[in-house]
Amino acid sequence: MATGTTTMAKDTILKVEHLSMKFGGLMAINDFSFEAKRGEITALIGPNGAGKTTVFNCITGFYKPTMGMLTLNRSNGKEFLLERLRDFEINKVAGVSRTFQNIRLFSGLTVLENLLVAQHNVLMKASGFTILGLLGLPTYKNAAKAAIEKAEYWLEKADLTDRADDPAGDLSYGAQRRLEIARAMCTGPELLCLDEPAAGLNPKESLTLNALLRGIRDEGTSLLLIEHDMSVVMEISDHVVVLEYGQKISDGTPDHVKNDPKVIAAYLGVEDDEVEEIEEKLDKGIIEEGTV
Amino acid sequence: MEYFIQQLANGLTLGSIYGLVAIGYTMVYGIIGMINFAHGDIFMLGGFAALIVFLILTTFFAGIPVALALLVMLIVAMLMTGLWNWTIERIAYRPLRGSFRLAPLITAIGMSIVLSNFIQVTQGPRNKPIPPLVTEVYHIGNITISLKQILIVVITSILLFAFWYIVNKTPLGRAQRATEQDRKMAALLGVDVDKTISITFIMGAALAAVAGSMYLMYYGVASFNDGFIPGVKAFTAAVLGGIGSLPGAVLGGLLIGLIESLWSAYFSIAYKDVATFAILAIVLIFKPTGILGRPEVEKV
Repeated sequence: MATGTTTMAKDTILKVEHLSMKFGGLMAINDFSFEAKRGEITALIGPNGAGKTTVFNCITGFYKPTMGMLTLNRSNGKEFLLERLRDFEINKVAGVSRTFQNIRLFSGLTVLENLLVAQHNVLMKASGFTILGLLGLPTYKNAAKAAIEKAEYWLEKADLTDRADDPAGDLSYGAQRRLEIARAMCTGPELLCLDEPAAGLNPKESLTLNALLRGIRDEGTSLLLIEHDMSVVMEISDHVVVLEYGQKISDGTPDHVKNDPKVIAAYLGVEDDEVEEIEEKLDKGIIEEGTV
Repeated sequence: MEYFIQQLANGLTLGSIYGLVAIGYTMVYGIIGMINFAHGDIFMLGGFAALIVFLILTTFFAGIPVALALLVMLIVAMLMTGLWNWTIERIAYRPLRGSFRLAPLITAIGMSIVLSNFIQVTQGPRNKPIPPLVTEVYHIGNITISLKQILIVVITSILLFAFWYIVNKTPLGRAQRATEQDRKMAALLGVDVDKTISITFIMGAALAAVAGSMYLMYYGVASFNDGFIPGVKAFTAAVLGGIGSLPGAVLGGLLIGLIESLWSAYFSIAYKDVATFAILAIVLIFKPTGILGRPEVEKV
């Protein structure tokens, strides 16, 4: 597809078109397209090995896709082709931030420092690339103060205020997950990609997480998340995309996806002819949608 | 006793110089996990830059105050050497990042040879003398301390403080520490990792340039192969203190300087390097990560 031909609706933040990713002979993602709407929580679900994390890795510049176009539409109207940006520009220029399934905090830095690293570009600019900052110019002092205030805001949201000066590696698992989200938010992203944020959380922590994610959405950041925990997906997402063997099998509201026979088949492992059977029945109106 | 204090002062001076060079080794190792074997030659280059600036100053601006001349020497040497190290990183190390581990090590050794031969060809193989710049000497009882020794220790202390401040208190230092821990993650948070690594090389080179200028001032000669022995000693200092640890590099440098001067004072001067390296071997047997080095932190 030629560049520049896409005209994106204003309410679309991320448009993935014909994404394919090949590892040697393995087609991990095969012609996958979807859109994520601005201000919504979009969930990417699918069985293990479906290629969800690969999609994330393409979006956040970990992998260069074999084929396809990933367009990010910022709220100021600027469009970026993510696959053409350098790794740090995906965050700095395009405003995309992510977390990992296996937490990747800077464990030797304190909790507060983790959040300040995320504000590196703002601080570097204000400190005149360190030189002016060393001279103690007021612009830098104000920027440093603002950065700490922002960090404190997210510390409070993530319920970590009293741990600010501890090394990040000392936090409990649930707290590390929240810190990772807080750190991603400190970069001021427009699109936040979360890779299994609820993995390994107990039910109570899971509820806190849901509230945190909804809060983030309500403040205007769009979310894209991979999740296994269906209760989380169904409860918080506005839009669900289902991936199986690198291909999209369903796309729509949580209710739509929940009742899609293909999705049920993918999750429960039904034979193909059984799926066809159910689809036939649906078409003929023998059974009603929503009862499968 | 006086003899001992005298040797202590000498060792401290030498150790300061080693410490400054060792920081360059340890920083680069910390951030990209590679030993920059050309760093010793960067140190030598710093000395030559200072020498050239000195000659220009004394030729064209005769009668310039010594303090000003020293300041200009240091600043120009830092800039020049920083530029050299930046270029080396850009052309010899960055293209090999992500390649197998030995590849940048080999280019580093190559760069070391290139630099020393370049200086040998352009500046000549003979030692270049420099007239004594600072000649004041103070006597306390029987102990003689020269102003240049004091200058070396003071300048080193100021630089160490500035360096510590940058690494621990500024956004740049935070980005360096973050890059050190997880390069890819730092990039995903918007940190320009390549630029951060380049700045690290420039900072290391600036410290080496100061060390090189002071070495020149202390011994009064510069030679194209000056990079080798002091370079190896500074590397040893970094390993002794715990490679990757900044306070470790300084501590290692001071220890090596002290061991060297005390051994030469009380035992045979011919075996001073043997003593230094023997102590390194002994420390590494009992503490493989060096004195202040931490064992690799297991990732969650």
